[in-house]
Amino acid sequence: MTEGFSFESDPPQDLIDSVVGIGAGSWLDTLRRGRSVLRDNAQQSAALLLHPERDEGFSRTERLAVASFVAGLHGEQDIYRLYLNLLERSGDGDALPAAIRQFVRDGRTRGPYGAYPQGTLSTEDLNGLVFDVSAAEIGTRLSAALKHAHLLVYHPRDASAGALEALQETGWSETAIVTLSQLVSFLTFQVRIIHGLTVLRHAGPAVGQGLPESTS
Amino acid sequence: MSVTPQNASRPDNREPARFTTALLDWHPWLPPLEESELTEVHYDGLVDRARAKSPYFMLLARDPQVLGARTRSDRDIFYNTDGGLPRRERELAATAVSRFNGCIYCASVHARFSERQGGSSEALAVLLATGSLPVDATEAWLLVAEVARQISETPVGFSDVHVRVLRQAGFNDAEILDLINASSFFNWANRLMLSLGYPTLPVEKQD
Repeated sequence: MTEGFSFESDPPQDLIDSVVGIGAGSWLDTLRRGRSVLRDNAQQSAALLLHPERDEGFSRTERLAVASFVAGLHGEQDIYRLYLNLLERSGDGDALPAAIRQFVRDGRTRGPYGAYPQGTLSTEDLNGLVFDVSAAEIGTRLSAALKHAHLLVYHPRDASAGALEALQETGWSETAIVTLSQLVSFLTFQVRIIHGLTVLRHAGPAVGQGLPESTS
Repeated sequence: MSVTPQNASRPDNREPARFTTALLDWHPWLPPLEESELTEVHYDGLVDRARAKSPYFMLLARDPQVLGARTRSDRDIFYNTDGGLPRRERELAATAVSRFNGCIYCASVHARFSERQGGSSEALAVLLATGSLPVDATEAWLLVAEVARQISETPVGFSDVHVRVLRQAGFNDAEILDLINASSFFNWANRLMLSLGYPTLPVEKQD
């Protein structure tokens, strides 16, 4: 089902419906359309962040590499496969998707963790993996982005001005840092929506709240 | 290098050391746009023109179309009252997620919003102080906060068991979807707020 998704398909496809397997007219489709502005803008966010018309110094291939990494870190297999598949089709060869798969295997852990400003909350500080992404195969610029993505996914309260400086030192402009931050943060939203809707799809509609889903 | 030294070293030391409902300030680590730089594309992204006074939204306005899609998502999740979860519970979910992820700024804003919508200020104060609602909170509130937390774990901890328990407690599917939406959205919002700047207490609250 996910192999067929493209941002360029005509008529346009909804990425979340495609990954979760929500058929037109099904109970979940009706439920989602009760928040149609969100449905449209979740799709628009994905298109703007992953398939922009102008890349603004942050290429589509880099964006798909970050997206594959973030989805993989969450262990959400369907969206991980979709982004890896789009990355493979973006035409940069097999080395980058292979490197991402390895980073996902090495970088996966449980979150959130991290440290608070020193004081009362320090008793809640939790240590966790600080993941260093090797630049050997992917270059310093993308490795810095993936390292930042790991920080945001698992231990966002460890974020600092220094983390942004590290991105600037590898060539990320201020505007590209904002877009990268939006991309990673958006993806942590999108994978949770996909997860939640998938749980609902398997649960089926509540008794008395509509017809059972047709086989879609 | 645009990460300013005074921001990087935080010599004012007014960063809040605990969760609070106080009105906090937020300071970006990267320069926001200036009002004089804004075009209609930027105002469209800001959605509400008053947001041109906010350093947070003016920083995100560096990618105005993405900001616009984010803002319209936010509004439909939290302000669309056509069915679904009462707004005070959507704001409770936002608060619980922010507390769990550690966003002191976001938690302060949304605890206040939940209170303003009729949420229990006592229960919210305990949530901010301890990370959990008091045991005498309502069943609905305990469930909303617990599910918000499960949705925020990585890997995501939300499962069919939560759907069953929510339904047994009387939540309908539109309410459950609003809870998923609100909780998921704050994973987005928390990460932006935490990683692009830092909060401070208002000057009069300095101790």
